[in-house]
Amino acid sequence: MRYEYYSNLALVSSVVVYALAMFAHAAEWAAARRVSVTEKAEPELVNVRASERTEMRPEPPDLRPEPADHPDSGDHRDSGDSPASSARVEQFGRMGVALTIIGFLLSVAGVLLRALAAQRAPWGNMFEFTITAMVFIVGVYLIMLWRTGIRWLGLPVTLLAAVGNGLAVTVFYVAVAPLVPALHSVWFLIHIVAAAISGAAFNVGGLMSILYLIKKRAEDRGAVQGYLERLPSSRKIDLIAYRFLAFAFPLWTFTVVAGAIWAEYAWGRYWGWDPKETWALITWVIYAGYLHARSTAGWRGSRAAVIAIIGMASFWFNFIGINLLVSGLHSYAGI
Amino acid sequence: MRTALILLFALALGAIPGSVVPQRRISPVRVSDFISEHPTLGPIYDKIGMFSVYSSPWFSAIYLLLFVSLIGCIIPRVGVYAKAMRARPPRTPRNLVRLPAYAHADISDDDHDVLDRAGVALRRRHYRVDVHSDSVAAERGYLREAGNLVFHISLVFVLIGIAIGALFGFRGTSVVIVGQGFSNNLTQYDDFSAGGRFTEADLAPFSVAVKDFQVRFETGPVQRGAARLFRANVEVTERPGAAPRQEVLEVNKPLHIGGTTVHLIGHGYAPKVTVKDAEGNVAFSGPVVMLPQDSNFTSLGAIKAPDARPERLAFEALFLPTAVLNNQGPHSIFPDALNPALFANVWYGPPKVETGKPENVYSLDTAGLTQLRQSDGQPVRIALKVGDGVNLPDGKGSIQLDGWVRWVKLQIGDTPGVPISLVALGFAVAGLCLSLFVRPRRLWIRVRDGETGHRVLEVGGLDRADARVGLTDDVAELAAELSRGPKDVSASEV
Repeated sequence: MRYEYYSNLALVSSVVVYALAMFAHAAEWAAARRVSVTEKAEPELVNVRASERTEMRPEPPDLRPEPADHPDSGDHRDSGDSPASSARVEQFGRMGVALTIIGFLLSVAGVLLRALAAQRAPWGNMFEFTITAMVFIVGVYLIMLWRTGIRWLGLPVTLLAAVGNGLAVTVFYVAVAPLVPALHSVWFLIHIVAAAISGAAFNVGGLMSILYLIKKRAEDRGAVQGYLERLPSSRKIDLIAYRFLAFAFPLWTFTVVAGAIWAEYAWGRYWGWDPKETWALITWVIYAGYLHARSTAGWRGSRAAVIAIIGMASFWFNFIGINLLVSGLHSYAGI
Repeated sequence: MRTALILLFALALGAIPGSVVPQRRISPVRVSDFISEHPTLGPIYDKIGMFSVYSSPWFSAIYLLLFVSLIGCIIPRVGVYAKAMRARPPRTPRNLVRLPAYAHADISDDDHDVLDRAGVALRRRHYRVDVHSDSVAAERGYLREAGNLVFHISLVFVLIGIAIGALFGFRGTSVVIVGQGFSNNLTQYDDFSAGGRFTEADLAPFSVAVKDFQVRFETGPVQRGAARLFRANVEVTERPGAAPRQEVLEVNKPLHIGGTTVHLIGHGYAPKVTVKDAEGNVAFSGPVVMLPQDSNFTSLGAIKAPDARPERLAFEALFLPTAVLNNQGPHSIFPDALNPALFANVWYGPPKVETGKPENVYSLDTAGLTQLRQSDGQPVRIALKVGDGVNLPDGKGSIQLDGWVRWVKLQIGDTPGVPISLVALGFAVAGLCLSLFVRPRRLWIRVRDGETGHRVLEVGGLDRADARVGLTDDVAELAAELSRGPKDVSASEV
């Protein structure tokens, strides 16, 4: 009981800290609105050029030293010689990252304590799945932040983490209980971890696709202002989003297959068109559509991004809508 | 590609109604409820296959078209790929500077074997290399397209495996009272479905006796009543005359008997009753399987004593494992048998002619029967605890609740073709990983005379897939390595 108490304490604290981190990033974006366009115009030119370099173009070589794959981090390092407003942007950003790390540690502690309290892997119901998936999402974001400096993803990720863990501790919460017999299986570990990781990557990719659409719109109108300047070029965002989704798609395929194998052991059939299975397949098909769209003329860019966002929506509907609204064999929410 | 995209969307959209509208295969009861609740919509839905979306013609049409388009896409691409497999890297372009990544470095005049070293270095990096007189052309990443083809071909095999399972497979369920057994022939099945090419001879002649069945439910405050343990000890006899072997059957641990799989998919209660007729003779004695109606196993069933004389007797019965009687009427408040009780209405009627017509054992057809009433006109209601017996009014007979046993629902089935599907899915995932993570790349290296009289080594690179990483770094690194002096390398990008 003590473990459970401290787990809940850590998770509730993580919601508060993530919310604060979100406010810090929101302040970062808001502060950046006041940074004038001219101040940042120079790096933007580089970004635009960088965005076009995958095509063969008869252009003279640009001898400007530029970090190859991280134009974003390169652009931002020079914010030190910007005026005070820019320094404030940086300050808020760092505050956001620091708070995100604290929130992440709290939420990891929450999951571990939950596992100790339950004496099993903490993936037996919707609450436990959500807090685990949030650990994966924020973990992936922090690794990316450390490796490639994608701090521009801070606002959507902390928003998602605060909302996710917030829903978990309020709406989805169920007290510790043992598992029903259908969950006593090694596939319990395999299927659910794969689902959580691919879900995390789908969500990060989906958030990036939203940012892509915003940035692309601004670029097309020639009005890249405020915080949008600090985002990498739309082309670059699209590429990173694609990497996340391309990573998640095979893993999701595996998740569905592992689920089918488990279903044969637990329920006596591989595939029974249970609502959860159906929506897992729908999600899969949507992301298959995304991958096809990326290599179809006229569908690259914005349309593909919209498909990725629909895919994320389908994932969330499968997770929340199907668990709570539709009765099926996957009704483990326990609410 | 556009066709595939449209069909994929059609498939996603087409799959949605089946998760929202009740499906006959999953829950026929909810389908009939839906039809009676929606008198106009119900029949229309029925006509357009909304209650069996996944076997409806329009859904089948979508996925069959998708697979036709898939095959139509694969076949030419296999040919193209076979050619590409044998192709040499494309000739070195005239102007390497125009490539997406470019680096150059000065090399010393006496370095004559630089191109050979470039060839070695690139081969070590798993490139396919052509060394020409003044340049080297290299390409890697052929596995990307191979992975892509493997993935798509695997999907066809997945469908083939499913089709084989649907044609030759069978699946049925049988309710077995604990202490009794099941032997694998068609008469023992409660429901049975099989593919078009299945014959009764395909049923292996095994039998399974259920020795005992343990159930445990959560009694703590959290998730009270949730299942915690189902375990059946069974005795399997592979074929008549073979030595029986003891097995444990649990959820997640099905029995494999030859090619047939036996699953434990449900359980319930069977009250043991003895019915005596007006003449005092035992008209029926034994367990009666009742069907659970809710998660607390409020169980409904019919006790029939057609042999009672002079009038046959029948009971509409409710078995409650943990009985509570309040203003909601009798119902069960816990799934385990903590306070079992049987509630029943009584019917009687003249003996029926044996027609041999099958009838539902779980429900009572009251045609030709009269409900037994008290003198004030109220129906007679019987409430029995274990061991209790009661005489029916008017000397119609008696009924006694001797006890109860559990029954288990076994699912017996065989789905051939599944191994094909699973292996194909393994290949599909592997192929998918190759096609998404292998990055095809072309590199060219040329030696030319620079303006200052020095010889210059040029390296140009081109990535042929999305999401490239590190092309510029690789090109610069290669230029540095080959010129043997990382300091005087200047990398640039166009």
